[in-house]
Amino acid sequence: MMAAVLAATIRLPFLLIFAAVLFAAGVYGVLARRNAVLVLMSIELMLNAVNVNLVAFSAYLHQLTGQVFALFVITVAAAEIGIGLAIVILIYRNRETINVDEINLLKW
Amino acid sequence: MTAQEIVFLFLAAIGGFGAIRLVTSRNVVHAALYLVVTLAMVGGTYLLVAAEFIAWVQVLIYVGAIIVLVLFSLMLTKAPIGRETLDNQQRGFAFLIGAGVLAGLVLLIQGEFGGKRISLRPVTTAQVGVSIFRDFVLPFEVVSVLLLAALVGAVVIARKDEGPGEPPERRVPLLGRREPTVTPREGVRR
Repeated sequence: MMAAVLAATIRLPFLLIFAAVLFAAGVYGVLARRNAVLVLMSIELMLNAVNVNLVAFSAYLHQLTGQVFALFVITVAAAEIGIGLAIVILIYRNRETINVDEINLLKW
Repeated sequence: MTAQEIVFLFLAAIGGFGAIRLVTSRNVVHAALYLVVTLAMVGGTYLLVAAEFIAWVQVLIYVGAIIVLVLFSLMLTKAPIGRETLDNQQRGFAFLIGAGVLAGLVLLIQGEFGGKRISLRPVTTAQVGVSIFRDFVLPFEVVSVLLLAALVGAVVIARKDEGPGEPPERRVPLLGRREPTVTPREGVRR
């Protein structure tokens, strides 16, 4: 039983392609969505794809550095979404809209 | 095909479906719930490659905290519904770019890591902790300062300012300050 657990393997490209699907969906979401909260959610999706890659390579190389960096990425993502949603709420309070193509005050 | 791969394909199918529905859904609350599904499946993937600590961190921070933040902000911004209000006119262009990114990544991954296999080895929380506090102490502290700055910044940004019409002398006086003497002008107002 223990030997079977230790011999357990998984194909590396499976995880990487899963991460690629998440990343591509995030890219599409960032480009195609108007609602700022949905754009932020798509960004979270892309950060998660990066985390899957980091953890997959950490398991592949038997080094912990990838997992530690995935933890840092999760922390920075939490900070990013906190600030981002605060900005979105402030914009909604001032402009009554959070559509990113209507917020063009600084656009040349 | 090992048992881990079968379970992974199951998780990845649900997670990929959630991700695609997240970016195509016409209801923002449904999109947030699809994000929950995808993040939970990513956490399951972490468990599957025996990274237990990061799997529980994923569940706690993403599924627990970030989703609540997103749902709160959807609630505070009146969550509109409908494709025209949620998507812009660049859908075809965005689809091309997304499909191109996916195709390029898949080609690159298959070419570089085609037959490679991960031999799974359990990673305990103790090992992750030792790695953080032995090799990454300085980045850890920097990240904690970053979190503090983000917390203070989010509070400052989202705080309601006082109304623009209120004159400054009507603000609540600081604690411990003596009540200012009443001038005739203020006496009239009271």
